[in-house]
This record gives sequence, C-alpha cells and structure tokens, in this order.
Amino acid sequence: MADQTLPIPGPTEIPRIGTAGFSEWLHSWIVTVDHKKLGILYVAYSLFFLLVGGVEAMCIRIQLMFPHNHFVSPQVYDELFTMHGTTMVFLVGMPILFGFANYVVPLMVGARDMAFPRLNALSFWLTAFGGILLYFSFVGGFGLYGMGSAPDVGWFAYAPLTAKAFTPGHNTDYWALALIVAGFGTLGTAINLVATIISMRCRGMTLFRMPLFVWLMLAVSGLTLVTITPLTAAQVMLLIDRYLGGHFFDTQAGGSALIWIHFFWIFGHPEVYVLVLPAFGIASEIIPVFSRKAIFGYSTMVGATIAIFFISLAVWAHHMFTVGLTSVSIAFFVLATMVIAVPTGIKIFNWLATMWGGRLRFDTPMLFCVAFVFQFVIAGLTGVILAVAPWDWELHNSYFVIAHFHYVLVGAIVFNIFAAIYYWFPKVTGRMMSEKLGKWHFWVFFAGFHLTFDPMHVVGLLGMPRSIYTYPANRGWNTLNMVISIGAFVQAIGVLIFVWNLIQSLRHGKEAGNDPWDAWTLEWATPSPPPPYNFAVDPVVRSRRPLWDIKHPDDPDWKYEE
Amino acid sequence: MSTAPIYADENWNLPSRGMVAMISLLIGESAIFTIFVVAYIFYIGHSVTGPTPAILQVPILNTICLLSSSITIILAERAIEHGQMRRFAFFWAFTMALGIKFLVGTGLEWRDLIYNHGLTISTNLFGTTFYSLVGLHATHVVIGLIMLSIVLIFTLTGHVKQQHAERIKVLALYWHFVDAVWVVVFTVVYIVGR
Repeated sequence: MADQTLPIPGPTEIPRIGTAGFSEWLHSWIVTVDHKKLGILYVAYSLFFLLVGGVEAMCIRIQLMFPHNHFVSPQVYDELFTMHGTTMVFLVGMPILFGFANYVVPLMVGARDMAFPRLNALSFWLTAFGGILLYFSFVGGFGLYGMGSAPDVGWFAYAPLTAKAFTPGHNTDYWALALIVAGFGTLGTAINLVATIISMRCRGMTLFRMPLFVWLMLAVSGLTLVTITPLTAAQVMLLIDRYLGGHFFDTQAGGSALIWIHFFWIFGHPEVYVLVLPAFGIASEIIPVFSRKAIFGYSTMVGATIAIFFISLAVWAHHMFTVGLTSVSIAFFVLATMVIAVPTGIKIFNWLATMWGGRLRFDTPMLFCVAFVFQFVIAGLTGVILAVAPWDWELHNSYFVIAHFHYVLVGAIVFNIFAAIYYWFPKVTGRMMSEKLGKWHFWVFFAGFHLTFDPMHVVGLLGMPRSIYTYPANRGWNTLNMVISIGAFVQAIGVLIFVWNLIQSLRHGKEAGNDPWDAWTLEWATPSPPPPYNFAVDPVVRSRRPLWDIKHPDDPDWKYEE
Repeated sequence: MSTAPIYADENWNLPSRGMVAMISLLIGESAIFTIFVVAYIFYIGHSVTGPTPAILQVPILNTICLLSSSITIILAERAIEHGQMRRFAFFWAFTMALGIKFLVGTGLEWRDLIYNHGLTISTNLFGTTFYSLVGLHATHVVIGLIMLSIVLIFTLTGHVKQQHAERIKVLALYWHFVDAVWVVVFTVVYIVGR
C-alpha cells in the first residue's frame, strides 16, 4: 500500500461505542453537528412530509374523481392544494436535496465536515421548526373549531387575496411566518455549502476536478442566496401590510397587486431551478457509474450549469403573460425562456452520450435516472410550448400547466430523489436496498406517474382550470379525471412499496461494503457508514475520478485530463 | 496506509471560509435590499393621500458619520493586523460611536416625521416604503453594532488578539456592506425620490 495516494480504509465495521439508552440516542441526534447525521435528519424529515403532502394530493384527487363531488368542503379543498404545494416545495423538495448535499458534498470534496457545523445544525432546526409551524396552523389560532386555519391562498399567495380584509384570521400569517423561518434555515445551508465547496476541498480537488453533483450544488446554493431572499423580503412586506397597516399590496391605497406577482416569481422561477439542478447533479453521478463510462462533456456540463444559473434569473415573468405586460417585456421573457432550453438540452445530450456505447447496468438507481431523462425531455417540450405567449394565453392556469410542472417536479425531481436514495442508501446505512422491491417500486411508480400526468395535459387542453373545487359533468373531463385519480392511487402504492423497502432494508438488507456500485467519487472510499471523521487521512486527488485512479494504477485518469 | 507521495499541488491554499460565507450572506442581503429598493422606487408618487417625500431633510451629517466609520474600521483592521491592540480598541470604539451617532440621528429624524408631519408606516404608501426601507437598513446597523460591541468587550478583557485579525476582517466586511447599502438607500430616498 506504500504507493497509495488515498486512504482506502481497512475495516468496514465501525466499533459501536457502548449500548446507549433511548434518551442518550435521542440526545445524540438532537445536539449533533455532524454533517452526516444532519443529512439523515433532513432526508427523514422530508420523507415524512413527502407522505403528508402525498396524502393531501390523494384527497385532492379523490375530490376531483367525479363531477359534483363533495369529498371535502370547498374551504378544506383550498387548504389542501395550498398546503400540498407549499409542503412539496419548501418541506420536501428543498430540504431533501439540501439533505443529500449535506451528507454527500463534504465526503465528495474530501472534507471532514461542512465549513460551519453548528450553523448547519441551526439551519436544520430552523427548517424543521418552520415546517412544524406551518402544520401547527391546522390546530393553532381558531383551528380547533373546524378544519383549522391552514393557509388557503394558494402556494403563490397572490395579493390582494392575502390582505387582511379578504383573509381574516391567521391562515396567511402562518404561511408567511413559517416560510420566513424555514427560509432562514435554507439561507444558512446555502451559505454553508458555498463555503464548504470553495474552502474545504481536499488537496488536489481543483474546481474542475469536483464531481458534477458538487458543481451543481455550488450553483444551487448560489442561486438560493438570491432566490429565497426576495421571497423573505416580500413576505416581510406582506406581514407589514397585515400587522402594521402598511400598503405595499393594498390596492385601495395605491398599492399594486401586480408587484407581489413579480416579487413572488422572482423567487418562484429560480426556485424551480434550485429544485431541478440538484436532480441534474444526481443524474450526473449515477448515469456514468451505471454506464461504466466517465461523464461525457464534463466542462460543457459545468458551462451549461452556469448558463442556467444566470438565465433562470431572467425568466420569471413567463408566469405572468396573462396579467397584461407590455409586448416588449413579453418578447423578452418568451425569448429568455426559450433560450434556457439550450443549456438544458446540452445536458440531456451529454447524459445520452454518456450512456451511448456504455455497459449499462439497470439497477434501480439507473432505472429512475433513465426515466428521468425521458420524462424531463417531455417536461422541457411542454415548457417550450408554454413559453410561447399566445399558447400561454390559451393554457394559462389550466391543467396543462399543472401537468407540465408536475412532469418537472415529479417526473424529474422526485424520480431522481428516489434514484439518489437507492444509490446512497448503502453508503449511509451499510446495507443494500432490496433490488426486487426496488424494481417493483420503479415500475409501479412509473406506471402511476404516466397514468396521472399524461391525461392531465389533455384535460388541460380541454379547458379544465387549475385549483377548481369541482366541475360540471358535461365537459368531457369525467373519464380523464377518473384515470388521473386512479393513477394517483397507483403512485401511492409505489411510494408505499418504497417505504416498505426502506424499512425492510434498514433491518435486513445485505451488507453493502465500502463501494457496492464500483463508483469513482471519494465518498465510496470511506467505510459504510462513514466514521464521524470521514477520512482517516486527508485524501489527495489528481483527477475527476480519484477511485478509478486507485483501482487502475496502470491507466489512471489524470494522464488524460491534464 | 503509509504517508503517501503527494504529487498534487504543493501549495494548496483555499480562500478563508469565513470570508466566503460572509460574501455569500451579503449577496443574499443585497437581494433583500434590492426588493425593498425596487418597491420604494416603484411606489414613488403613488401615495393617494398624506405627506410626500418633499418633507424629508437630507441627513448629511448622519451620512458623513456612517461613511467615515468605514474608514475608521479599516484603520482598526490595520491595527490588529500589526498587533497594535490599543490602537485597534480605539478605532473600533470610534467606529461604534459613529454608528451610534447615525442611529440616534435616524431616531430623531423619525421622531420629527412622526410628531411634526404625522407620517407613520400606515399613513400612506410613502410611509410604508420609507420606514420599511430605512428601517431595514437601520436594523442592519443595530445588528452590526451588537456584533461590534461584543468584539469591543472581548478586546477590553484582552481576549481579542492579533491572530483574530481574519475574523475581525470578516466582521468588518459586514460593516462595509451596511455603509455601502446606505449609499444606495441615501441616493434613492433622499436624492432620486425627493
């Protein structure tokens, strides 16, 4: 081993320190500042809310299954779709992706921990209490007298509906306050990740040797800095209006409802990229490993990421084509939105080229990634359709839009979240997830996804608007809505298989070893699960695939990269 | 696992994580201020009733105080780099005094607006946007002063030493940001918007 440059560690087993009681175990999780434990907490927290948000979605689909249905009351229905959207974006999407980053990024860059471990713990608990505050709305305020005072203004909370006159009670306050709290948590994590990636890299890990997931998380964190903050600012304005009698969005006093929409989507559109870029990162790690090839076009991937970073800040008003913008601004936002399809397309071709000619291994993570590439192309195509302003005038606020963004959020992001869990679960727990249940999970969820969201495009083209409580029977939407709802149930079954797989594999999964996938990034050089200190010796890298260099000393990557 | 031959870059120096984090925070802060500044500019002249920005007095002395506190904090940074702790404590305290003068000035200005002109945050759009933008900045001054005073206390107890120069520079960067934002707020509120 004398010529090793990397600490490929000896023992796989970590000595368990004592047999602590329950309270000690709980204490160790609550006071932890270890990036790995916090990462697990993030993911567990998000998976819990994924189930909660999923139940809300199921209630929505049961309500829409038949015309003139009264499964829930209109008030509760409004609360359900508001909470579903808010939950999935703020309590599932962002925390789970930041959770993966929390766990994996320090390992990938060869660091002992994040740059600021205590800030990391603070960020997690802020995010967690933000979520708890949001759900406390069901029982808080006057909530015990009915369904609760859960927010019911849509996840975008358009003014002037949110004004005190139109939404009395505390529903909107819960929405704003919970998201401000969670938002500070997210900001802290973003700062922490930027500092970790810039300042904590191990010797030799130059920027252009970083794994693409790290690159994508750098872009995401940078984007979060300028994305979540405008929302916080707008929500502070909203609270000033509601509590101090301000007039920011008070149309009676000369205020503008339009400016809220601008502020919200200045946050809201880059937010989509905050969610989807980590998914790109996951695909860029998994696809090469399961194609047995290095990623195709590493530097164009980085370039495309940076292009998306900047362009995504200039497309927000494509959510606003129907509010009456000037034709010049419409033209600008149409073009900007179409241009962003170019770097995204580059990424798609790079993933395809990575698979091309590779020795593909269709384990569960790869299945989810392949489905992601396929579905993301469709999501991108409907995106380009919606970017054309006259089309958008027809389809705005219809189920076509719902179908489009669920194709992104579920078809791309959730699929890659599942891929990431199957991929990194062995590293985190030391056990493999069941491939058999994994395949079942994939195919059932895949079928449910298409059963739900493919007909949704059609029902949108037939004119069904979003956020409606129910619909008349004579519009030709009945069968399609029934199919969509059945698809939702199929997806739910898929998720339940996943949960079962998770619990089973945690207890009975077969031993994973350090490197079950024969991968190339640094996290696989540690034992599974990694010890608290991560690396016994500071690693040194010379190429983008440090583990390849060790496994193939006769043909290392660095010969070709320099 | 022996000591391995290290081929890679002998001089492996990365930027200070404190500095990187502070710059990241300030980028986020800039976005918050941008939203409030945009709201202020957007609503200039939209007030339906009540006082207009014409009632504002230009706070020249205040501005001079705050901007010169950037100079004194630079002198303090240089002092700690060279280990001149008494000089550091002097300029640090001087910086704080200038910051406090600024806050007192803002307080007096607000008192005048509230009692003599009847302008509060709920009076009209001008009041809403003015107090929230200037108040957001003043909040940052308050947070800065709290952090500066913690450093001052630990300097006087002898706990701050030359080796903490880098951390001091990180904190000073925040203070420079607060000053720089004031240039924007001042221009927008007292020059463009008046």
